[in-house]
Amino acid sequence: MIPLEWYITLGFFLFSIGVIGVLIRRNIIMVLLSIELILNSANITFVAYSNFHQTITGQMMVFFILTMAAAEVALGLALVIALYRVKSTLNVDEINLLKW
Amino acid sequence: MTAQLLFFYFGGMAVAGAVVAVFTPNLVYSALSLLMTFIHIAGIYILLNAEFIAAVQIIVYAGAILVTYVFVLMLFNPEQEKRYFHKQYKIGAFLGAVVLFLMVFAGFKTEILSKGGPFTVEYVEEIGHTRAIGNALFTDFIFPFEIASFILLVAMFGAIILAGRGIKKPKGPGGRVDLSSRRKAKEAIVGER
Repeated sequence: MIPLEWYITLGFFLFSIGVIGVLIRRNIIMVLLSIELILNSANITFVAYSNFHQTITGQMMVFFILTMAAAEVALGLALVIALYRVKSTLNVDEINLLKW
Repeated sequence: MTAQLLFFYFGGMAVAGAVVAVFTPNLVYSALSLLMTFIHIAGIYILLNAEFIAAVQIIVYAGAILVTYVFVLMLFNPEQEKRYFHKQYKIGAFLGAVVLFLMVFAGFKTEILSKGGPFTVEYVEEIGHTRAIGNALFTDFIFPFEIASFILLVAMFGAIILAGRGIKKPKGPGGRVDLSSRRKAKEAIVGER
């Protein structure tokens, strides 16, 4: 039997790695990939609590997070493509104009 | 004991894949090591008696989302940047470590307070996990389900409008692509070589 804390700690580790990735990487695609990592850690925590509470609501939440992740990928990558056409850079510290 | 060993394998590989993904300079390597992370997270779901979620994880995350990322990466053909971290990477790493410390500190103080619901492991095994999820999804969660489908529709429209903006329609009769200009461009490229 695996205790609940192990699953939660695994989720926390993945979350922190995702946060570090968002904060330190320059490439905007890598920032989006780190956000996927954060969403996955939330999924692990949801499923772990759902299993230990013997309900199924948490697993339903995983479905809606998956839907949101798919929408986020489509919109985010479309934004990246539109941005690359205008600025021809993918580094987040060079994208510093609100209007051009 | 076997379950714990499996947990260490899946969890360790997931964390290792995530670390490699965040710290390697090559973006394609990042995407592929994130694929390893996602597949091992599916193993974690199986350890948690959520087989259907594990299958969905592999199909949607590893199959669809990462393929989209790799596709866009190939589209940009990014050159290797010498400096792939921010200038403030030390602050970022410090903040991430603080978040991790606080959350682990809080996580080891969790307690399960509820009495437990109807979906015990035996019950789910009896009726099947897919069926249990389907029953809940189409009765109690039907409204969020519809909203999720609407979100996907809006995302599809938004992606098409955002990514397709600025592409000019080819001129010429019937909107046909002007082949002569494309040939000229190709000859120019060949001539440069």
